Amino acid sequence: MQQSNQMHDTDHSEFGAALLDPDLPLPEGIVGPRGKAATKRFAVYRNNVTVSLINALADIFPAVARLVGADFFRNMARIYIAGDPPRSALLFQYGQRFPDFLARFEPVGKLPYLPDVARLERRWLDATHAADMDPLPSAALAAVSPQDLERVRLVPHPAARIVESRYAAVSIFSASRAERPLDTIRAMNPETGLITRPHHEVQIRLLPEGAASFFQDLLQGRSLGEAANRTHEHYPEFDLAGAISALLESGAFTTLRLDETTIGEARR
Amino acid sequence: MTQFALSTPTTGGSRFPSKPLPPRAGAGLKTGHIDAILSDDYRIGFLEVHAENYMGDGGPAHRALSAIRAEFPLSVHGVGLSIGSETGIDPDHLDRLARVVERYEPGMVSEHLAWSSHDAGYFNDLLPLPYNQATLDRVAGHIGQVQDSLKRPILLENPSTYVAFEQSTMSETDFIRDIARKSGCGLLLDINNVFVSATNHGWKPLQYLRDFPLELVEEIHLAGHAEDTDDEGDLLLIDAHDRPVADPVWKLYEIVISQAGPLPTLIEWDNDVPEWPVLRHEAMLAEAILDRMGPASMLGSRHAAE
Repeated sequence: MQQSNQMHDTDHSEFGAALLDPDLPLPEGIVGPRGKAATKRFAVYRNNVTVSLINALADIFPAVARLVGADFFRNMARIYIAGDPPRSALLFQYGQRFPDFLARFEPVGKLPYLPDVARLERRWLDATHAADMDPLPSAALAAVSPQDLERVRLVPHPAARIVESRYAAVSIFSASRAERPLDTIRAMNPETGLITRPHHEVQIRLLPEGAASFFQDLLQGRSLGEAANRTHEHYPEFDLAGAISALLESGAFTTLRLDETTIGEARR
Repeated sequence: MTQFALSTPTTGGSRFPSKPLPPRAGAGLKTGHIDAILSDDYRIGFLEVHAENYMGDGGPAHRALSAIRAEFPLSVHGVGLSIGSETGIDPDHLDRLARVVERYEPGMVSEHLAWSSHDAGYFNDLLPLPYNQATLDRVAGHIGQVQDSLKRPILLENPSTYVAFEQSTMSETDFIRDIARKSGCGLLLDINNVFVSATNHGWKPLQYLRDFPLELVEEIHLAGHAEDTDDEGDLLLIDAHDRPVADPVWKLYEIVISQAGPLPTLIEWDNDVPEWPVLRHEAMLAEAILDRMGPASMLGSRHAAE
C-alpha cells in the first residue's frame, strides 16, 4: 500500500501529460466515486487547461486572432499549446515563441506578415507590464550645452521596444486592433515600429527609415553624435530635429548621461 | 544643472492605511470594473485580486490596484503557487508573491489546496490531490515554507473536484483539518466548491460542513457553477465562476454564517464577467445575509465545530 502510494503520488508528470494529450489513457488511480467511470470527469480538467490557455493566447494576440478568424485561431492555438505549454504561472508572459510557431505553421503561410504582427503584440504586452519610470523631460535635453550635446547618451525606458518588419506589420497591427479594414495597407512595405509607454498607456509609432536606425543606435547605448553620424551616412535625408522631437514625445528614454554624470536622476 | 524627480514609490513606513478584511461582502476585482467601483456610492466591503496578475514590474494594472488599495481593504488570492506540487514550491514564484504582499499590504493572503505546476510546465488549472499521509506532509510543509517567506499565516481554500483517487485514505475535511493543525494556516471556505464537490462525489454538503473546522475559517467564497453530466449521465457540476450564486449555495451560506458568525465573504465571477452593478447585486445579497445573521448570532460564534 505504502509503496503504491509512493508510486502514484509522484506522478504529476503522468497526470500532466494526460491533460495535454487526450489520446493518452487516464492517469493511474483516477476514478469516479463509488466505482463510477472517470473519463468525462477527467475531461473537465483537460478542457479547463486547454480552453484557459487558448483564451490567454487570444487575449495576448487579438490582432492575430482577428486576421485569421476566431475559430481558426482557437484551433491553431490548441496545436501551439500542446507543443509549448507555459513554463510559469505568469500567463501575461506566455506565448514568447508563438511568433516563431506562426512562421513555421504552414496553413498561415499566405500571411507572411503574421509572425511580425504577433511579435509586435507580444512586445506590446511586455511594454504594458514594464517598470514605471517617468520619461525624459524635454528640459533635460534643452539644459545640455550645444558643445556637449553630441556626447549625450540616453537611458532607455523599461517599456521601450523596437519592432522591425519586412512587412507593414505596424499598420496591419494598428488596423486590426482598431478593427479597421486592411485593404488600403500595402503589406509588402517594410516598417519599423517604436513601442513606448510614456505615461500610462502603451503606444506605437512608425519610424521612418533613418529614424529607425537612429533609435536602434541610441537604445544600444551609442551617443547622440555617434547615432546621428552613422544614420546620416546611410540616410543623407535623415531629419535629426524630427527624430529628436519624436525621441522626447515617445518617452523612449528616461535619463541622459554625459560621461560619468547622469542627468535626470531623482533629486538628492 | 537641471534635476528631475523620478516616480519612485515612497519607502519607510506603510504606503497604505491598515485595512483588515471586514466581515462584509467583497468582490473579485476585474479591470473593467475599477472606475465604477471607485465612483460607486455603495462602498464594497473589500476586493480580492489574483496575485499573479500583479507580478509584473509596473504598468496600468499596478496603478489601478494602488488606487483601489488606497480606499478599500484588499485580499490577495494566489492561483499559481501550486502548493500541492510534488516538485516543491517554485522559489521564484514565492518571491514574486512576497513582493506583491509587501507592495499592497493586503488584509488577507490565500491559496488553494491544489497543484498546477510540474517540470513539464504550468497547467493553469487547480488540479486535484489524493488525500493521504504523503500528500498531507508535503502540503503542510509547503504552507510552512510560504508562511515563513511571507512572515504571516495564509488561508488555504478547499477545492472543487471532479475525480477521486484510489490512493486517498482520508476524507477531505479530515485532510484539511490536519493540514491546518500541522501548518498553522487558517482556512478559506468556498461554499460553492463544497456544493460542487459534494454533488460530484455523492457527499452530503451539510455533513461536509459539519465535519469542516469552521472555527478556523476566516473568509468565505461564493460563486456560480455550471451543469454537465458524468460518464453515467448523472449530474456533474463545473466550478465555472460565470453566473450568479445558485440558490442551494445561498442556503448553505446562511447555515455557515448562522453557525460561524459574520465572515468576510467574496463573490467570485471570473468568466463572462457582467457589468459592475450585477456583481454588486450579488455582493449585496451576501451582505443582507451577513446583516440578518449579524451581531446577535456573533455571541455564539467561533465555537469549535465539534
